[in-house]
Amino acid sequence: MPEQLAFAIEVFLNGLMSGVLYALVALGFVLIYKASGIFNFAQGVMALFAAMTLVGIQNGQVPFSHLINAILGTHIHHFGWHIHSVLAIAMTVLVMIALAWAVQKFVFRYLVGQEPIILFMATIGLAYFLEGFADLMWGSEIKTLDVCLTANACLPQGINLAIDETTYNWFGYGFFIDNLDITATIVAIILVIALVAFSQYTKQGRAMRAVADDHQAALSVGISLNFIWVLVWSVAGFVALVAGIMWGAKSGVQFSLSLIALKALPVLMLGGFTSIPGAIVGGLIIGVGEKLFEFWVGPLVGGATENWFAYVLALVFLVFRPQGLFGEKIIERV
Amino acid sequence: MKKIFVTAVASLMAAAPAMADLVFPSLSYRTGPYAAGGIPFADGYADYFTLLNERDGGIGGVMTRLLECETGYNTEKGVECYESTKGEGALVYQPLSTGITYQLIPKTTADDIPMHTMGYGRTSAANGDVFSHTFNYPGTYWNGASGGINYLLEINGGDIKGKKVALVYHNSAYGKEPIRTLEELQKKHGFELSLLPVDHPGQEQKSQWLQIRREKPDYVMMWGWGVMNQVAIQEAANIRFPMENFIGIWWSGAEHDVLPAGEKSNGYKALTFHNVGRDFPVFADIQKYVVDAGKAAGAGDQIGNVLYNRGMYAAMLAAEAAKTAQGIHGTADITPSMMRDGMEALSITEEKMAALGMPNFGPSFDVSCENHGGPGLVGVTQWDAASQTWSLISDFKETDMEVISALIEADSGSYAAENNIESQCK
Repeated sequence: MPEQLAFAIEVFLNGLMSGVLYALVALGFVLIYKASGIFNFAQGVMALFAAMTLVGIQNGQVPFSHLINAILGTHIHHFGWHIHSVLAIAMTVLVMIALAWAVQKFVFRYLVGQEPIILFMATIGLAYFLEGFADLMWGSEIKTLDVCLTANACLPQGINLAIDETTYNWFGYGFFIDNLDITATIVAIILVIALVAFSQYTKQGRAMRAVADDHQAALSVGISLNFIWVLVWSVAGFVALVAGIMWGAKSGVQFSLSLIALKALPVLMLGGFTSIPGAIVGGLIIGVGEKLFEFWVGPLVGGATENWFAYVLALVFLVFRPQGLFGEKIIERV
Repeated sequence: MKKIFVTAVASLMAAAPAMADLVFPSLSYRTGPYAAGGIPFADGYADYFTLLNERDGGIGGVMTRLLECETGYNTEKGVECYESTKGEGALVYQPLSTGITYQLIPKTTADDIPMHTMGYGRTSAANGDVFSHTFNYPGTYWNGASGGINYLLEINGGDIKGKKVALVYHNSAYGKEPIRTLEELQKKHGFELSLLPVDHPGQEQKSQWLQIRREKPDYVMMWGWGVMNQVAIQEAANIRFPMENFIGIWWSGAEHDVLPAGEKSNGYKALTFHNVGRDFPVFADIQKYVVDAGKAAGAGDQIGNVLYNRGMYAAMLAAEAAKTAQGIHGTADITPSMMRDGMEALSITEEKMAALGMPNFGPSFDVSCENHGGPGLVGVTQWDAASQTWSLISDFKETDMEVISALIEADSGSYAAENNIESQCK
């Protein structure tokens, strides 16, 4: 196989893997937008908050320790225990559910019936609040994320040697695929199947879909909007936790994690704001598109094309399909 | 009688010289995406001035006052911080951001307040003949670029002709700083340079590292900051690039840059213009007078970290310049203008460093009207993942001033022409 073709296939596969990571972030946006019409600007910060909470719980960090020490003059930072990853994830999910409840109780309950732009601005405020709250709660330092089932079974990172060897034997060039990306892909597939199963086969899931279709009709058959919105924000919080784990494993858990939302925006523009398959397909198209463009065109224009190319690609799709590939077509009659 | 007493007291108060504090602003960033780097630097900067107050009663008998302002590493906020603190008698600004530096160069010059951009900012500000109020001693990015290449020359027996060197850089003014120098050095030494920009913030670098894996450079240099550093080191480990051939600039070589990659970051190298670790007498004083006394800026757990040391070093250089200014002008109560004179006459010797409890912590150098950039000596540090420590693995060595001086001359010359600046050192 020609060397350039082998390189291009490797880039294509890595683009798919990156696309899965983008889709993981985009999924959280879609869930909330679909159910409540809110574009949640705070989704990236929720991923940061979830990942910081996970590491904090896992490492036995005392929440708000800097504040407590400053007020009381104490020097406490850690409880002195280490919690197993699975238990820590379960506890973090509970925290995210509590956050969903608080967001609904203290913010959006008062904004029912407001213009979408008001709701959007409320999520901007929520993002700033949550970022400061996370800082106060867990501190600003970079934290290493170790999610392990057993001492020897942690989130894998680095080149997958089996793929490297196999592709070398086939093509004379070993492909680089990161084990973490493979794990993220498997997790994303499970997550999407679980989300689809939840929305299709459970009472709450069907209620969620009913609310997404028509708020007033859902209310008329006795569905509690408050409960459904808490449920949706909780599910989005769980998706944010998964995205936070996958991205945080790469870079350590740090405040830049909130910026991963920027990677989700072109995915949403392309895939549509209301479609779970759209988030997945959009993520894959963006991932592959930006990587291949960087591979072929990047060297000719000085590189660093990925960020802007993702948005250009999304804009091109918007010209032909304003609602995105899988978005609902909006028909307004006068 | 009462009236006479009040008048006498008022006259005495008017006659006595008002000994105001020596104000040192700290444009810090303890929040946001870059807080992990900003906190230890700000702690080191603050703790050194606290040490001087607690141990020595300030500088020349005048207490110091730190004026901290949060920039969030945001240029607009940095300029706001400058505007809101300059009226307090600020003696010297350390903006800790190349973006803020560029904005403050004309402002500080107009306000007659000096600015110290240690190891960052506009490299050509080393030409004091053009940039009268900006100082970037003891080294600049161009010294860093040359220091990195000199190190490669050293480990390759003086010949790197035909070697492939890739520069992975933050796609910003900061990240692009070394390119011109490296291109000149490429012509001189015959190595092949490839440029790999990474867009802000740098969380996604798969394309760059796949390219490195394909092209197999002998060495990778990095000009990164924030999350870009941690991701690059992780990606390098993922493609199994030899860490000992991966060299970062001094803003890519702190503990938090390597810790997320764990043991795989072992052997990674970074350039430096000051020493690392906490094996210096000054830290015992900081522990005793600052941390144990409950007056530390942070939790006291950053002492000896690379960026804490850098903050403390910056504070020490500011304090020594203030002492120099007091000596020149014969007054302890110096103004920003006098501080500028002190910075321009600063002389750092090994004897002075040893007396300050910092033997071999940084290079000896003299600042002059023409040279605000110092000697540009560069050392190399290496990370040991097992002990989680950085070690200095080379002395502070000279850089290629023949190449760098020409570039400084050209860049500062253009700035002088654009802004009608006449020679400051006549």
